[in-house]
Amino acid sequence: MDLRKLTIKTTAKALREKEISAVELTENFIKRIENVDSKIDSFVLVCREKAISDAKVAQIHLDNDEGNVLTGIPMAVKDNMCTKGITTTCSSHMLENFTPSYSSTAVENLQNDGAVLLGKLNLDEFAMGGSTESSYIKKTKNPWGLKRVPGGSSGGSAAAVASGQAIFSLGSDTGGSIRQPASFCGVVGLKPTYGTVSRYGLVAFASSLDQIGPITKTVEDSAIVLNSISGKDQLDATSVNSGVGDYTEGISGGVKGMRIGIPKQYLAEGVAPGVSENVKLAIREYEKMGAVCEETSLELADYAIAAYYIISSAEASSNLARYDGIKYGYRSSNFKNLIELYKNTRSEAFGAEVKRRIMLGTYVLSSGYYDAYYKKALQIRTLIKDEFDGLFNKFDCILGPTAPTTAYNIGEMADDPLQMYLGDVFTVSVNIAGLPAISIPCGLDEIGLPVGMQLIGKAFGEKTILRAAYAYEQEHPFALAPEVTA
Amino acid sequence: MKYDVVIGLEIHVELDTKSKIFCGCTTKFGGDANTHCCPICTSMPGTLPVMNEKVVEYAAKAGLALNCEVANFSKMDRKNYFYPDLPKAYQISQFDLPICNGGYVGIEIEGEEKRIGITRIHMEEDAGKLIHDQLDNGSLVDYNRCGVPLIEIVSEPDMSSPEEARAYAEKVRSILQYVGVSDCKMQEGSLRVDVNLSLKPTGQKEFGTRTEMKNLNSFRSILRAAESEIKRQSRVLDESGVIVQETRRWDDDAGKSYSMRSKEEAHDYRYFPEPDLVPIELSEDIIKTYKESLPELPHERFVRYTEDLGIPEYDAKLITVSVKTSDFFDQAVVAGADAKSASNWIMGDLMRLMKEVDTEDIPFNGDRLHSLIKLIEKGTISNNIAKKVFAEMFKSGKTPQEIVKEKDLEVVSDTGELEQVVDKIIETNPKSIEDYLGGKQKAMGFLMGQVMKETRGKANPQMVSKILREKLETLK
Repeated sequence: MDLRKLTIKTTAKALREKEISAVELTENFIKRIENVDSKIDSFVLVCREKAISDAKVAQIHLDNDEGNVLTGIPMAVKDNMCTKGITTTCSSHMLENFTPSYSSTAVENLQNDGAVLLGKLNLDEFAMGGSTESSYIKKTKNPWGLKRVPGGSSGGSAAAVASGQAIFSLGSDTGGSIRQPASFCGVVGLKPTYGTVSRYGLVAFASSLDQIGPITKTVEDSAIVLNSISGKDQLDATSVNSGVGDYTEGISGGVKGMRIGIPKQYLAEGVAPGVSENVKLAIREYEKMGAVCEETSLELADYAIAAYYIISSAEASSNLARYDGIKYGYRSSNFKNLIELYKNTRSEAFGAEVKRRIMLGTYVLSSGYYDAYYKKALQIRTLIKDEFDGLFNKFDCILGPTAPTTAYNIGEMADDPLQMYLGDVFTVSVNIAGLPAISIPCGLDEIGLPVGMQLIGKAFGEKTILRAAYAYEQEHPFALAPEVTA
Repeated sequence: MKYDVVIGLEIHVELDTKSKIFCGCTTKFGGDANTHCCPICTSMPGTLPVMNEKVVEYAAKAGLALNCEVANFSKMDRKNYFYPDLPKAYQISQFDLPICNGGYVGIEIEGEEKRIGITRIHMEEDAGKLIHDQLDNGSLVDYNRCGVPLIEIVSEPDMSSPEEARAYAEKVRSILQYVGVSDCKMQEGSLRVDVNLSLKPTGQKEFGTRTEMKNLNSFRSILRAAESEIKRQSRVLDESGVIVQETRRWDDDAGKSYSMRSKEEAHDYRYFPEPDLVPIELSEDIIKTYKESLPELPHERFVRYTEDLGIPEYDAKLITVSVKTSDFFDQAVVAGADAKSASNWIMGDLMRLMKEVDTEDIPFNGDRLHSLIKLIEKGTISNNIAKKVFAEMFKSGKTPQEIVKEKDLEVVSDTGELEQVVDKIIETNPKSIEDYLGGKQKAMGFLMGQVMKETRGKANPQMVSKILREKLETLK
């Protein structure tokens, strides 16, 4: 059994037809993690015993013909989602030994549906970064090239799925953190409309932008996971019931007559040729399938990154203030008074990227600078939303590359944070506007690395982008990452 | 130099909701440290606040009772600062769009009504509490208070004396107790006051530099702190000094205030909109429902007492200060008591007893006062005995009937029994009898007293007087 090929849909069928038991399946995945992950470094924690006991419970449900499509399916989640009784580190020194007494709603929903948690996945520290290199715990490698980054911040989530160490995973996306690593690792990553998935138990980075979403091997799997994790949660005031029903419904409806807008800024200079060529081929494919593709413009795209880094850092500076060494997590042993306790704890336990964002965010909220930065960024946010609204009067979805490049080498961007921030150019405006977007593989570049394209929908328009993504996938089944050899 | 005093108050009031502002934990006062909390109110990673709708309702009702405009649209903001009792390192509060704006309350100063403006009322969460000195070398934190809902009522700088400040605070407290949104127990910290005070040369228009004294938790300390600050600022100004804009801590025991931090040291709270909560939208319809559900407020009761029930203004004013005495009065009247005598009992015995044990609580319902008055009217007990019974009711919470029965306090009106006592007194007081027969009317009073003493005050005085006269008549 090649675990790299398993999808939720095919595996659910195999479990129902007793081709394999849930326990055997989980054991196989744990074995694979043991064999392969020393090369990939996607897991920060494997919950072997818990996974096997959960699989046993799932098997009972399967035997009784209960449960649903997720029953017995092995998954893994990004380690910034709280899991009751299981450490939740955010890949930070600060929370290295933090074990929550509660679970995030999204994870709990999946577990209630019978999915089996294999373990927790690596990320950029507190989800801040685009390469998973800022993790305090380990550096995750891209299964398509072990010297390369998997993208980030959900790098562990994308790499684990691409290397067949979990059938699907959860990531979180604040400015592209699901889509960009999905693009780099050749898998499917969906960022739902803001409010679709409860943020309860997701350790906050930027509350008004964060959203949990699935990383899967197929588009349909994405819809299946979204069915489980979406919905109004009494514990998250910003969550909503989108009322769209089953996300898999109508997924194979095709794109005939679908109006697809291509912002010219998304294929302009600065996009790697290997990326733009593949995206252009995909556009032609959509036209062939009957979609109407038309060039359009996102004039405010240039301002999106600045607005994003101001808003997300401002919120982060406040969200991360609670890590003060008082109640839980790391505490410096070197202090003589309260101020030193705060200073030394935070100096010693936060990494450089996190500190950079906290300083940036504190600055833009400070009296005298608020109007010039934070307030202006909020105004830009409104304008970007308006501009998207205008585009969705004309188009059903917007298409472009997910990221300007394919996976780069580990260490290549380490000394140039600004360059790394520019890698978010196509993804951040989606978060700013709260829209849904999906990244799917659309070919390989000249050196064989996966290219991702992004389909953006209007708010709660997940079904439309899923249908568009599914149509492309049927014509161009995604390539499998090369086998990782021990 | 002579100065005009300018005072504005910030009153922090704990709302009397069952659960906290953003989670389901109890708001009960006390409890062992860290037993009234959960991952949400201790702000563990990944947890989120969800607004308790009762808090919004109570805040809006408080505003309506204080004549404020309730906003159709308001929002929560984050106030960022580090302190160990604040587990998120920000307090969720309201910054630029509070729930209520622009109200006022009337206070009475030397018989004159004065209006004190209210700038705004906003909602926020309380923080925890640091416990010092329990560890040899450190402090402990109790998060029970975290997330207890508060409103902050900010007045205009309309008060011009410590007495006005106290009257205003008392009035606000009284109104909130009537509305039932807070118990306003100052000793438990559910009402705390910050006093902002400045002086300006008499007649000058521009305000002087103000100082703020934080967390005063009694009306007496408001008065004393303001008086002391006036003295301090006058002294500084008289010596041509400069008042520093600062926050000061009032030490009630020492009767002095100390500088805590100056404006330069003040925090930059970096307020910004709370992204974890949605804005609060209240329709005109909902606001109208809140308004209609407001109970009768003190000034409305005052009018009813004086105009409908004929209670003197002075009495009506005192009775309506506290919702508890006012409710007690209404209960007695509803039960059938004569309003005048109910009011007399409250103004006299009840208030004295409450003052003696320093309580605002009345341990029984007003209908029992009616029962007591009925016992007097029926002649079952005398007025004097009734006072003793009332004191016992206050102490034990028993009914007047129970007390009268248990202590055998019923008036003796049995003719035979009384005749026996009278005979005994006549027998044992030959001198007084002689005096009386000799024309000394005063002796009659003495003999009456002896009979009352013998019966421990229970004898029916009219009957005693009658029997005594008759018997003495036969001796003539």
